[in-house]
Amino acid sequence: MPEVRRSIAITIDDTEIDAYEGESILQAARRFGIKIPSMCYLEGLSVWGACRICVVEVAGQHQPRPACATLVVEDMEVRTNTARLQSHRRTILELLFAEGNHVCAVCVSNGNCELQDRAVEAGMDHVRFDYRNPLRPVDATHPKYVFDPNRCIVCTRCVRVCDEIEGAHVWDVASRGHQAHLVTELGQPWGRSSSCTWCGKCVASCPTGALFYQGSAVGESVHAPDLVARLVAARRDHEWFPPVESPTSPNEQNGDDR
Amino acid sequence: MATPIDLHEVAERELEDQARYPWRIKACGSTACQSAGAGASISTLESEVVAVGLSDSVRVMSTGCMGLCSRGPLVRVLRRGGEETMYQSVDRDVAVDIVGAVAGRGEVADANRIDRHIPFFTRQHRVVLANAGIIDPDRLASAVAHGAYSALEKAITTMTPDQVVEAIKASGLRGRGGAGYPVGAKWSLLAGASSDQKYVIANGDEGDPGAYMDRTVMEDDPHRVIEGLAIAAYATGATRGYIYVRAEYPKAVERLDRAIRAARRSRLLGRKVLGSDFDFEVQVRIGAGAFVCGEETALIASIEGRRGNPRLRPPYPTESGLFGMPSMINNVETLANIPAIVSKGANWFSSIGTDRSTGTKVFALAGDLTNTGLIEVPMGISLREIVEDMGGGVPDGKVFKAAQTGGPSGGCIPTQFMDTSVDYESLRELGSIMGSGGLIVMDEDTSMPEVARFFMEFCMDESCGKCVPCRAGTVQLHGLLDRICSGEGRPGDLGLLEELCTVVRETSLCGLGQSAPNPVVSTLHYFRDEYESLLQEAAHA
Repeated sequence: MPEVRRSIAITIDDTEIDAYEGESILQAARRFGIKIPSMCYLEGLSVWGACRICVVEVAGQHQPRPACATLVVEDMEVRTNTARLQSHRRTILELLFAEGNHVCAVCVSNGNCELQDRAVEAGMDHVRFDYRNPLRPVDATHPKYVFDPNRCIVCTRCVRVCDEIEGAHVWDVASRGHQAHLVTELGQPWGRSSSCTWCGKCVASCPTGALFYQGSAVGESVHAPDLVARLVAARRDHEWFPPVESPTSPNEQNGDDR
Repeated sequence: MATPIDLHEVAERELEDQARYPWRIKACGSTACQSAGAGASISTLESEVVAVGLSDSVRVMSTGCMGLCSRGPLVRVLRRGGEETMYQSVDRDVAVDIVGAVAGRGEVADANRIDRHIPFFTRQHRVVLANAGIIDPDRLASAVAHGAYSALEKAITTMTPDQVVEAIKASGLRGRGGAGYPVGAKWSLLAGASSDQKYVIANGDEGDPGAYMDRTVMEDDPHRVIEGLAIAAYATGATRGYIYVRAEYPKAVERLDRAIRAARRSRLLGRKVLGSDFDFEVQVRIGAGAFVCGEETALIASIEGRRGNPRLRPPYPTESGLFGMPSMINNVETLANIPAIVSKGANWFSSIGTDRSTGTKVFALAGDLTNTGLIEVPMGISLREIVEDMGGGVPDGKVFKAAQTGGPSGGCIPTQFMDTSVDYESLRELGSIMGSGGLIVMDEDTSMPEVARFFMEFCMDESCGKCVPCRAGTVQLHGLLDRICSGEGRPGDLGLLEELCTVVRETSLCGLGQSAPNPVVSTLHYFRDEYESLLQEAAHA
């Protein structure tokens, strides 16, 4: 039975919209086709609120607020694309590019990367900060997938999807600050994981080329960022048609899935 | 079940017991003096008293902090009738001399005597530290003899929870952790929350470099913290409490644990506190050494056994906190003010300090000062009084340059603002904050960009790594400062530094990131010429 939700009038970029009570600014905006860029947010997962790409200005508040984690309030006035926000987003993207080793030309996700897309949209054509060029060993021990932390932005979508949707909780964040990084099985190689179910939801949800199928070449890795939302909706409504498709690996496409 | 303690009887017995000794020697056993060798001097005092045959007339007590930590180990000798002498740098030899002097044989060298009439002592107003250096923190009776738990008894037996909340509101007490949120308002939020289970939490995760106010309170008067927390629980309807202490404070943990056990045995904690219908259990939780766990949502995550990441507020802990239940976090020093407010009344408390910043504040004086240590002063005292009078000024004929308050979240106050009143608003206007009570004085030789780099390195290492501006931004801020300080700054670095400060400040998730740029912004504001000359040198190199 569809629940009755109280509607709340808010204004986003001078457009008046009817948001629902309990909804975030980001959810309301997207229902009405207003685009607010985001990175760590993924529909169907818990809200993490950490990438700060989706920050918006709310009238009466000095600090920009994360649209994904700020609930709508009656008569709220939101601005999503002021010069200040554009500049902040560009700087945050620069920080991300300088932090890891994001080299699009040799990346499996080139052309299918949310980090790349956000940078293009934001007009981030160069990085003013020193590249840190960290040394991060790749984990290719899993028979089916590869984790390349050089391309990881610690958005924790993999952590959340594995814990909240698959229920396996293979992934976690270890260390803190600039040393924070993703680990499988509390620091064991992924290939030795006994809890990984090989479901591939982490790969489907990853916004960059940090998680991909074994055997992927440059530009071949395609994610399925809407998989989680469709799964959640199907579980909620008990409607499994049309069937939910998992992204396929290049090997599966070649008919030799291991 | 044990019968509740009769506080008056215990206090009387303890005072009688103390009065049996014509002489009492109180030796500071707090962490600062311990690291200066107090353990050896205390055992020497004890053995000497026995050796000279004065066991019946001299009692040696290990107490808490007496304040002048840089001159420790400190010892006070009290003679029945009031005469009191204080000694500094008490090693084994001096300890022997002290007992000798008590026995009437010989004297202690003048160099080891401390004049108790210097402003360092006379300008203090001790509320939070009232019993520090006076009681034996390991003995409940010693604390009770100096008033411990009388406020809890008064609250439970003569006041309704609402009346307690109103008293705290009327006192004007504000959070001593740094931000200065009105304590009474927070209490009434929790009191108004309806839930079967509520929690009160004492935040003892003090982490600012050089600050040790809360450690001292927890080590030297643990019962005051427990009593404050119990009163908070009574006033707000909470039945469980936690004291969150950082692992670097083992002595505080040990003393709090012992104090909780003693209080429970005497029915000051547990079921039916003091025979009333109020139940309250307290546990100590030990942090694993992350600065960010002082942030209240990260602290809650840590108590729950999860990674100490802050989360977004709202919802605030008073709505959904520990284990999803309404919870309230108060700083240790905040809670240590509560018993005095309940005992002596809100009017008494608000008569101390200024209109909007009532009461006292404990500061840890550090840096280029003659007297460093712990002081408790009324709010509204001028920075000049603290630095020049109490701190004894900058030593070695050097000139004062700036004072840093608020640690890595604070800023610098230069010499032209020495007469500023030390209160929440005035410090904020100057671009600094009250902070938790660290006060570092710097002389003319200090490089301010270096100061900014030091604090940025701290924030970079202590960031939890969750949000991008704090995780990656502090790294780049530190890189820029490092480059400027080591003479390799490039043209445009100052502009980039300022822009990044704005982004990190405006877009970080929690207070750590939002305030991390403060030391940079503040030093840039008052000492921009130092940055510019470093950049000019780099350009000409």
